[in-house]
Amino acid sequence: MLLNNMKKLALIIVLLISFIPVFAQQGQDVEMADTFRSNGRIYVVVATITIVFIGLAIYLFTIDRRLKKLENDK
Amino acid sequence: MPIMHETIRNVYFHVPMWMAMFTVFTISVVYSIKYLISGKPEHDLIAVECANTGVFFFVVGLVTGMMWAKYTWGEYWSNDPKQNSAAIAFLLYCAYLVLRNSIDEEQKRAKISAVYNIFAFPVMVVLIMILPRMTDSLHPGNGGNPAFGKLDLDNRMRVVLYPAFIAWSFMGVWIASIRYRISLIEYKKNAIE
Repeated sequence: MLLNNMKKLALIIVLLISFIPVFAQQGQDVEMADTFRSNGRIYVVVATITIVFIGLAIYLFTIDRRLKKLENDK
Repeated sequence: MPIMHETIRNVYFHVPMWMAMFTVFTISVVYSIKYLISGKPEHDLIAVECANTGVFFFVVGLVTGMMWAKYTWGEYWSNDPKQNSAAIAFLLYCAYLVLRNSIDEEQKRAKISAVYNIFAFPVMVVLIMILPRMTDSLHPGNGGNPAFGKLDLDNRMRVVLYPAFIAWSFMGVWIASIRYRISLIEYKKNAIE
């Protein structure tokens, strides 16, 4: 029971963390003219790399959850 | 290209996503054909998990492409032929995954989805690689000229780009093989129960 609750809590935390970049991008949208387009638009590259890594992290988390379920079934 | 500025570095991240996608989708088709020949459920599992991984790279490729497009072409989605046909190809592979989930009977599901996969792959290749090249597109390499021609790409960039292709392809294969191993255990457990 406790383990189950902890798992739920961990899931909520992960989901919350995955929202942070969304908020960050919203904030940057307002001032994109001076942030994203500055320095030869290097921040677009930064954003792209962030997207790649966040996507990879989310995907690996789902695989991890699938494996956890399998481990717990035994 | 003046509108690119430093964002040309995105080439190292956006394009390898698509290369990784092509690699896993190709493996997926190979195993679909193998499944139709051999009838082994393992081959079906490999095909599915490869397609799953490919769809993931598809999404990442699309999102990074949209990010890049916003700051070079001015819009997230400017109805560029390549963007549109990539979206259609994405739906094609979504349909593949939906098709699989909609059939309960195991052998039937494996067979139908293997046939669908074999048909979907060449359509996807045509949609992404060939059709956009026959019209004018914002993507480089369209409207008749080859994609990584001398004008577009410096030789020093090639040194980074091609290993990135290979590395991300291996990344995709690795993820797909992990997913396959998980689903193989799942499959064996279901078979016992």
